[in-house]
Amino acid sequence: MRAKEYITGVKSGKISAVNTVKSILSEIKKINNDYNYFNNVTENLALELAEKIDKNPKGKLAGLPISLKDDICVKGVETTCSSNILRGYKPIFNATVVNKLISEGAVIIGKTNQDAFGFGSFNVNTDYKVPRNPRDKTRVTGGSSGGAAGFTALTEFPHVAIGESTGGSIAAPCSFCGIQGLTPTYGVVSRYGLIDYANSLDKIGVIGKYLDDVELVFDVIKGKDNKDSTSLYDELSSNNEVKTIGLIKETLDIDPKIKDLILKKLDELNIEYEKISLPLASKYSLASYYVIAMAEASTNLNKYCGMRYGQEEKLNLSYNEYFSNVRTTYFNKEAKRRIILGTFTRMAGYRDAFYLKAMKMRTLIINEYKKAFRRYDLIVSPTMPIIAPKFSEVGKLSPAESYMMDVMTVGPNLAGLPHLSLNAGDFNKMPVGIMFIGNHLDEKKLLGMGKKYGI
Amino acid sequence: MKIDKKILSAVANNARIKLNKKEEEELLPQLNEILKIFSQLQGVNTKDVEPSFQPLQVKNVFREDKVESCKEDVLANVKNKEDRYFKGPKAL
Repeated sequence: MRAKEYITGVKSGKISAVNTVKSILSEIKKINNDYNYFNNVTENLALELAEKIDKNPKGKLAGLPISLKDDICVKGVETTCSSNILRGYKPIFNATVVNKLISEGAVIIGKTNQDAFGFGSFNVNTDYKVPRNPRDKTRVTGGSSGGAAGFTALTEFPHVAIGESTGGSIAAPCSFCGIQGLTPTYGVVSRYGLIDYANSLDKIGVIGKYLDDVELVFDVIKGKDNKDSTSLYDELSSNNEVKTIGLIKETLDIDPKIKDLILKKLDELNIEYEKISLPLASKYSLASYYVIAMAEASTNLNKYCGMRYGQEEKLNLSYNEYFSNVRTTYFNKEAKRRIILGTFTRMAGYRDAFYLKAMKMRTLIINEYKKAFRRYDLIVSPTMPIIAPKFSEVGKLSPAESYMMDVMTVGPNLAGLPHLSLNAGDFNKMPVGIMFIGNHLDEKKLLGMGKKYGI
Repeated sequence: MKIDKKILSAVANNARIKLNKKEEEELLPQLNEILKIFSQLQGVNTKDVEPSFQPLQVKNVFREDKVESCKEDVLANVKNKEDRYFKGPKAL
């Protein structure tokens, strides 16, 4: 059932939020041992919020079950980013998005699995059990918002997931699970209460089975927040008209069957498109993104040192030994890899060659996109170069080969551009995603285009 | 440019991550394969290009310089504490 239809039912008293929430909680209990989508189910909070709604059915999201990626803080609810170093951490405040959702009547049902700190494209880098694709349990959900996407695709109950993207963590799992995901313009949704991966790249976004579900929830969570110094003052552009689309030709060098599916979908939309070339974004986004993401991650993760929150050690260790022990014991392999590379690229002697160079490259890539948007309303590409791989296939990839799977999603993320991944159909019985990219603050064009698409 | 054992050990030490021999041996080729991707950037002329530390221009946010009370228990997630203080390892 679509969220709007459900909310109308709750508001008119025809549907009980408590009954719906009880059903969805019991579904999670039934499937979670097998699919591992939830790190933590907030049963008491969910029932408490649902009871309030049944008594007083108000708000744009009255009674709507919403899951949160486990990097979003909820007061008193264990929030771990799927990392062992944060096991047991219960934030003492709500993220701004959580306050906004609850004030509009949403029901928080739990915290979803992810790659620890968002470090991954397949959700296999979680310190919890690895989530499995709802279409085929031998395949990944995609990452890093894997639990969010997997459960959204699987459940038949009304439900919307809040995800987060740094380099493609909303679009990738949406593509692999066959659902819809909006990654907004950087700064449009407050990051207050989001546990950072990379500050200049992180964006909270929305994942849903239907596009109007996504739009409904996005409308609630967007907006300026004084608690986030990078939150934007500017309003979204009101223009939702899409006349011209540019298809990035460099992204078509993939399996011809995936390519044909994307082209067929564009033809069905009955909108003119032209092939365009984005040579800098296509060739250098990956390097620029990973340098910046790892540099920022390595500074962000310095705070996990066994003090203030997260895991601690006994205090009888020497000064450096204490911090090293906590970090060595509780960070997983991928976190250590990124911390080490990020620390390296910021070190004296290497900083200009990597960190600063990547930031300059970002300027050139943003300029290239901006130039394309002077001519085209939207840009389009496949979301991922592949369908959801099997766990056995992912196991054979080196870290660098895994990073390369993000080649299409890192560009818009690096440039802070809003993008929408929609299901384009199936190949080998697995979903394929198509990704529309808009200029900064052009979310309405993306959503308008999606409506034309009819999901 | 290559990361060798000496650099790896210095970087890991800076980052307060301990690596055993096996981990070092596993990491070195992985890090250098990733560094190859990073090194693609060296081929681009970025002379006179300003770095983008943020993807969009952000403005500073100031609040009134007013003392507010802290109602939250900042020690709620801490085991190592004494009175109203966080406790860490001895510095000397």
